[in-house]
Order: sequence, then C-alpha cells, then structure tokens
Amino acid sequence: MLSVIVFLPLAAAVALVAVPRVGDTAARALWVAVAAVDLALIAILWARYDSPAAGELAYEERVAWIPGVNSSYHVGVDGLSLPLVAMTAVIFLACAMYALREQHRPRAQAALFLFLQSVSLGLFVAADLILFFVFFDLSIVGMFFVIAGWGHGDRRHSALKFFLYTFLGSLALLVGFIGFYVAADPHTFDMLDLTAAPPLAGRPLLGGLVLAAILLGLAVKTPTVPFHTWLPPAHTDAPAVGSAVLAGVLLKMGTYGFVRIAMPMLPTAWRAWAWVIITVGVVSVIYGALVALAQSNLKRMVAYTSVNHMGYIVLAVGVAGLTAGTAQTRSVAVTGAVTQMVSHGLITAALFLLAGVLRNRAGTYDMREYGGLAAPAPAFATLFAVGAFASLGLPAFSGFIAEFQIFTGSVAAAPVSAIALLGILVTAALFLRALQRVFTGETRGQSVGFTDLRASERWSVGPLLLLSLLIGILPRPLLAVIEPAAHTVVDLVGR
Amino acid sequence: MMRPGLLLPEMLLAGGALTALIGGSFTPRRRQWIIRGLTVAVLLAVIVTASLQLARPATTAFNDSFTVDTATGVARVLAAAGALLILAIAADEIAGTARESETYALLLFATAGAVLLAGATDLLVLAVGFLLASIPLYALIGLAMSAASAEASVKTYLLGALFGILLLLGVSILSGLTGTTGYTQLADRMPEAPQAAVTLAAVAAIAGLLFKAGAVPAHFWIPDAAQGSTALAATFVTTVPKIGALIAVYRFVVMLPDPTPWPVMLAAVATASMTLGNLAAYWQADPRRLLGWSTVSQVGFLLVPVVAAGRSDLALPSLLVYLTGYVVTNIAAFAATAALPAGRDLAHWRGVAGQRPWLAAALLVALLGLVGTPPTAVFVGKLTTATAAWDGGYAWLAVVVFMNTLASLFYYLRWIMPTYREPAPTPPGSDHPPADDRAGRRWSARLAVTAAALSLAAGVVAGPLWDVAASP
Repeated sequence: MLSVIVFLPLAAAVALVAVPRVGDTAARALWVAVAAVDLALIAILWARYDSPAAGELAYEERVAWIPGVNSSYHVGVDGLSLPLVAMTAVIFLACAMYALREQHRPRAQAALFLFLQSVSLGLFVAADLILFFVFFDLSIVGMFFVIAGWGHGDRRHSALKFFLYTFLGSLALLVGFIGFYVAADPHTFDMLDLTAAPPLAGRPLLGGLVLAAILLGLAVKTPTVPFHTWLPPAHTDAPAVGSAVLAGVLLKMGTYGFVRIAMPMLPTAWRAWAWVIITVGVVSVIYGALVALAQSNLKRMVAYTSVNHMGYIVLAVGVAGLTAGTAQTRSVAVTGAVTQMVSHGLITAALFLLAGVLRNRAGTYDMREYGGLAAPAPAFATLFAVGAFASLGLPAFSGFIAEFQIFTGSVAAAPVSAIALLGILVTAALFLRALQRVFTGETRGQSVGFTDLRASERWSVGPLLLLSLLIGILPRPLLAVIEPAAHTVVDLVGR
Repeated sequence: MMRPGLLLPEMLLAGGALTALIGGSFTPRRRQWIIRGLTVAVLLAVIVTASLQLARPATTAFNDSFTVDTATGVARVLAAAGALLILAIAADEIAGTARESETYALLLFATAGAVLLAGATDLLVLAVGFLLASIPLYALIGLAMSAASAEASVKTYLLGALFGILLLLGVSILSGLTGTTGYTQLADRMPEAPQAAVTLAAVAAIAGLLFKAGAVPAHFWIPDAAQGSTALAATFVTTVPKIGALIAVYRFVVMLPDPTPWPVMLAAVATASMTLGNLAAYWQADPRRLLGWSTVSQVGFLLVPVVAAGRSDLALPSLLVYLTGYVVTNIAAFAATAALPAGRDLAHWRGVAGQRPWLAAALLVALLGLVGTPPTAVFVGKLTTATAAWDGGYAWLAVVVFMNTLASLFYYLRWIMPTYREPAPTPPGSDHPPADDRAGRRWSARLAVTAAALSLAAGVVAGPLWDVAASP
C-alpha cells in the first residue's frame, strides 16, 4: 500500500515521458488525476492508521536491497511521517490544479512534478538511511530542473546555486550516515535498528563529529542561518508551483531529519549540543523576520519568513535536548514542531502560489508597483489576507496551534527562548505592512486592470488555507497522531 | 599445476585477436563486417566462459602465477562486456574504413592484456600483462590519423615507456631481493629483505600500474587521448585498461609487508587524482577532454577502496562494484559524445534535449551517475568505497571523497545545463551546426541509452551485484 502511494506518481511520470503522443491537455489532466488518487489513497491510509508502538512503524514493508552493507528498501509511517506524507500529497495536488493553465512545456512539467512527488513521499516514509539519502538527493535534482526549466529572471544561476549548496548538505549527511554504519555493531543503515541501539553513545568525540555532519546537511536543507543564502534567489527565480513545493515540502525534509534521524540516533550528542541548536533556532527566527521586513519583493519576503518559521522548529527540537523542564513540556515542544511543519507547508505553499499570480498578471513581485489591489481583485486580496494572518500565527489557524505549543514547551524548559517571541511580532508587522502596501489605498500602478483569481487558482489556494483553518479550529485529529510519536522522540533523546 | 583450461577466456581473446588480424588481411573491405561479427562472437564467448568460471571456487593456474577468483572473474566479464559495448561505436565510426579489422585485433589484444593484469599473481605475468595492455593502446590512440591523435599517441608512448621501465625496475629489484617472482613466496620472503629496497621497488611497480590506470602522476596522456583519438579509442582507453590496472594494484599491495607505507601513499595518490582531475575538468570546452579529466578523478575514487585493502571486508567488493558502475556509466557518457560528432564544444550541446530527448536523457543519467547521484551504480560504488575507507581507518579519505564529489558536480552541470536549454535561434551564416547535422550516429546513440539504462539498473539491483562481488 505504502509503496503504491510512493511509486504511483513515478509510474505516471514515466508514462508521460515514454508516450510522446499524450497531448498537453491530457498531461495536465493526468497530473491532477494522479495527484488526487494518491491523496485519496493516503486518506484511506490515515483512516485505518493505528499509532504503532515505540520503535515500530505502521504499514511496514521491507525488501533487501544491498544486503552486503545491510541496506534495505524499508518503509513505514508513524506519527512524525504520516502528517507530512498527507501534507505532501495535498500540496502537490494544489500545484497540479494551479498548473492547469501552464503553457510552457506542460507535459514535461507534469512528469517532473510527479517525479518530485514520488521522491518527497519516499523520503518521508523511508526507514533506511540510504533510502532516505536516495530520495533526499533526487529531490535536489528534480528541483534543479524545475527552477532551471520553468523559472524566470536569473534562473540558471539560481538553480546552479541551489544545486551546489544543497548538494553540499546532502553529502555532509551521507558522511554522517557512513559514520553511523561504521560505528554500529552489527553494521547497518536501518533506521529502526540504529534508533533501538544508538551506535555512538559511548564516544562523545566521534558522536559530536557525526552530529556536526548531519546537522550541517539538515541545516542547509532546512535552511537555518547561516546556511540559508541559497533560499532567497532560488525562490525568487523559481516558478510559483516550484516555490510552493520547495518551501512546502522540500524544506521539511531538513526538519524531518532532525526528529527522525539526528535526535533518536544521537541522543547523547544531541543533548550536548542542545544549546547550539537552540541558539541557531532563535537567530534564524529573529534574523529571518528582520530581513523579511526589509524586503520590497513580495516573494523574497515570503521566502525569508520561511527562514523565520523554520527557526521555530529548530528551536523546539533543540529544547527537546535540554534536561531542564519535564518530559511533558519537551514533548509539547516537539509536537508543536511537527505541527509547524505541516502548518508552514500548507500556508507557505498558498502564499507562494498567490505570489505567482502577481507575476503572472503584472510581471513583477515588487510591492511598490502595486496599490489598492483589493478593488480589482477581491478574491485575491481575501485569500492573500487569510494566508498572511495564518502565517503570522493568528488564533484559529494552524500556525497558532503550532507556535503556541512550541513556545509553551520552549519557554518552560528554557525561559531565554522567549526572545524568539519577537519574531512573531516582526512577522505580524511585515505581513500587515505588505497587506497595506499592496491591497489598500487608491488603485494604482500594476493594480490597474488586474484580473482576479481564476477558478483553477482559487481551487488550488483555497483548500490549502481551508485546511490550515480546519487544523486551527479542530486540531485534535492531527495532534492525536503526532503526540505519541513526539513523546517517543523525547524519550529517545532523554536516554 | 598448469591447468591451462582455466585461462580459456584469455586464450579466446588472444586467439580471436590473431584471427582478426590475419583474417582481416584476406577479407575485402566491404566485407569487414565478418571480422566485426567474429570479434563480437569472441567477446560473447569470453563473457560466457568467464561467468561459468565465476561460479566455481577460486583456484590458480600455471604454478600460482595466475589466480582465477572472483576479482579475475569480474574483471574478465567487465572487460569483455565493456569492449563489446564499445564495438557499437565502431559500427558508426570505422565500419568500412581501411583499418577496421586491425582495430578489432588491437581491441582484443588490449582486453587480453587488461584481464592478464587483473589475474596476475606473479611479477613476470604482471609485466607481460602490462606490455600487452599498453602497446595496442599506442596504435589505437594514433588511429585517428590527425595531428592531435599523433600527439596523444606519442605522449602515451613516451609516458608508457617511462612508467613501463619503472614497473620493470620494481619487478627486477623485488625478484633480485627475494629470488622469486610469485606473490605467495614474495609475501613470505619480503619481510626479511631490506625494507628500504622493498619500499622503493614497490613504489616503482605501483607507479607503473598507475600509468595504466591513468592516475596522478601518470595521467598526462589521458586527456589528450580522450580528446585527440577516435571516439572508439577514447572510450576504450579510459575504460577497459583501468579494470585490469586497479585490480592489479589491489593484488600487489595486499602482499606487501606491513611496514611498507603503501596505504598512506595510495591515499595521497587517490586524493591527488580526485582533486587534480576535478580542478582540471572545470573549464574544459571540449566534452571529450572534460570526460578525460573526469576519468582521472574517477580513478582517484577507485583507488579509495584499494587503500582499505586488507583492513576492511568491504574493500574488494566495493572496488568491483564501483568498477562495474564506472564501466557502464563512462561508456554511456563517451557514447553520447560519439553520437553527436558535431558537439565538440559544450556550446554545441545547446538544445539537444529538444531534438534528441533520448540521447539527452542518457547523457543526464551518465553525468549525474558519474557525480554519484543515486540510484545509479556509481552511487552504490561511492557509498561502499567511502564506507570501506572509513571502516579501514581512513575516515578523512571518505570526507575527501565527498568533497570531491561536490567539486565534480559543477563541471558536469556545465554540460547538462546547455543540453536542456531551449535551442539558440540560429542567425543565417553562423558557425552553429545546422539542425540536420544533429541526426548523428545511430549506433552510438543506442549504446548511450543502453549503457545509461544499465547504469541505472545496476544501481537498483545492487544487491545481487554485491553478492557476486563479495563471493569468496
């Protein structure tokens, strides 16, 4: 079942490439259909899901791959991965809807995004380090072609920077994985085995080095300050759907790595480095927010708020490594972190898709070129305002649930982390200022004659924000899945 | 014991080469395809006999001077299969030319030399293998009959002569010190010989083998040969001889006595090859020369498991797996250049993806494969060789491997990016190749696609491949 979900989009992508007679319209329709079917399958999966016991996975599948080095095709889901799997499918479906109007090589685009969907789903269900790395690396290759092929502006340069930078991260990650393998006895790449018996517990120096390699790899992907410099150009020059997937799904691969790999497998080193991680998180929160405040390019601004939002997650997972506070509060922080991954995915994907509309209509993201846009484009203004409020953490949206838990857990364990609350304040200011600049006042500049959202755009952005609202009002179903897993992670780090 | 039957694959290769040479002289030029058919048949027979022997337990022939084990078996299959694949380029490039059958004879001789090198466990057999693998290459590289190819040929010859003498020097000193040439007795007697002399001789012999492998400091002929010779010769010299040379280095170093500082030395050579090959490839405009430098860096990666020889169980299997991945992936990349003879500048590759999507896809898989992107076979090779190095106590070498992998990404992307750009608008009278020139050569294109698919497949089914390589 899980393998079907992962490889169905890939099969569709291969079919699109191999059968050149598929027309553009059919290709677009096929993309939407496959993404919808995949989401439906995941819904069934979720409906039949029972939280697995600690150290186990639900819907587990395992086939030997390279038995010589104990690496296998091993997949399964638990409370950390299932929400991200569902979020991935939702975002890709939204992108498929949005791209129904794409004119530039739609068949190739559909194939590439279906490939990316398989890769992203595969990463979140992988239970083997090498399998994880395979998907991690392929996501970079896929996104490189998205930016280079469908981007605008200085896209080739941005794509190259993105590829080189994140490839550096992935190789650092691989070095860390090999460190696990060599230190484990018996040698293995299996995540469950490595989690059950952390290999580097008694070797602080090597454990620290391996953690450094893995943190570097994940920090580049997340990204956190100071490894975030690839992100703004990549987002600015990527197409709207590319940005949505990059921010919504690909960034989560980094933060997911923290809770899936770094924390359970290197508990001793994680605790030793917890303050470094917390500091990086807080700096990312503040720095991301302040730089976002200074942007006049709307898309760049949203990109920097991603650095800010990822910072909350890093802060929360860092706090989980502290010995201060109770296991209960730390568990709340980790639950908040995972909720934030889902929430940020939905909201930021929506904001990037909306930013794409700006460029599509008027050819620029510059907020100074617009004004009074609410009059000609009320639907656009409404959805953007909803997205902005959701992103700044207004209660009744998923962002509030996530950030509330993160701060409850963090401030209880490390009162100094309250500094990060400043980030929320700045984010609120910058979103309100953006709303004011673009939508209010007299209609002028590029706003004149601006066409409002078309059906496909409404149907792609709307459900994303609706889901965020739903999670904000009824968080229980999501939290019920995440909480047991978050508890397990905190226990594992506390060993 | 003699057991000549164990050398059936080598005999087939040598016999086939002689038949091709003599038979070619009596065959009219328009019927030279008969010789090509013969060559194909010989190589297929070699693959079959070698595979059959691979299933049997390891043994030796001719009084322990030639070992038939997993490494030899894999080398035989790889060398023959590599040569067989490369023949597809011949079908495009030299079919019906004046030197067709001679080329096949040279290919078969050089393949025989590579396989001899791989199985040699006697210094004299090693020397013979070296010469048999080297001399045909001088002629092969010169066959393009152009100024560049003549220069490459002379360069290869001079370097080959120099490093061949070094190898022979090492062989003479070792046999003079110990009174024997067989590896088994050498391993017994070397610890009693003067350490400095043994080290000196070992360095000289390894240097000779590094020439065959195309590693720093004996790499200067590789980029010239890759650029100046025919596509056929370029693909062959950067692929098949390396198989024999690297396994020969492996066999040679594992018998050296402990105090010899060979692991550090080889680690330094590996690092230098990786780094220099990458740096030199950075700004090459000719894809063939870029690939030539990329093979220099690949040899650096291939030397990494040799450093861990005797210290990690993963060393030999990972070397063989990497070699397998390297052979198919490198052939795919060179075949792509052969399929587009006009594309001798990276700029000429602009827009190829639109006109020839399969060729571009093969190139993409091959180049990303050479970087070590999963799930291609080279990824499995890089992963396991780096693991072997770390396991063998050389964690820093594993880090060097991945830093160089990152460095190599850039120049491969320099080639991939124009390929996937939209074609340039061609103003009338420009020197861009006209569109119909891009129809190119069919067999080479098919080979590129096949080899790229093999490289993907070998990565996906790496488990059975590893089992073969790790069988005792």
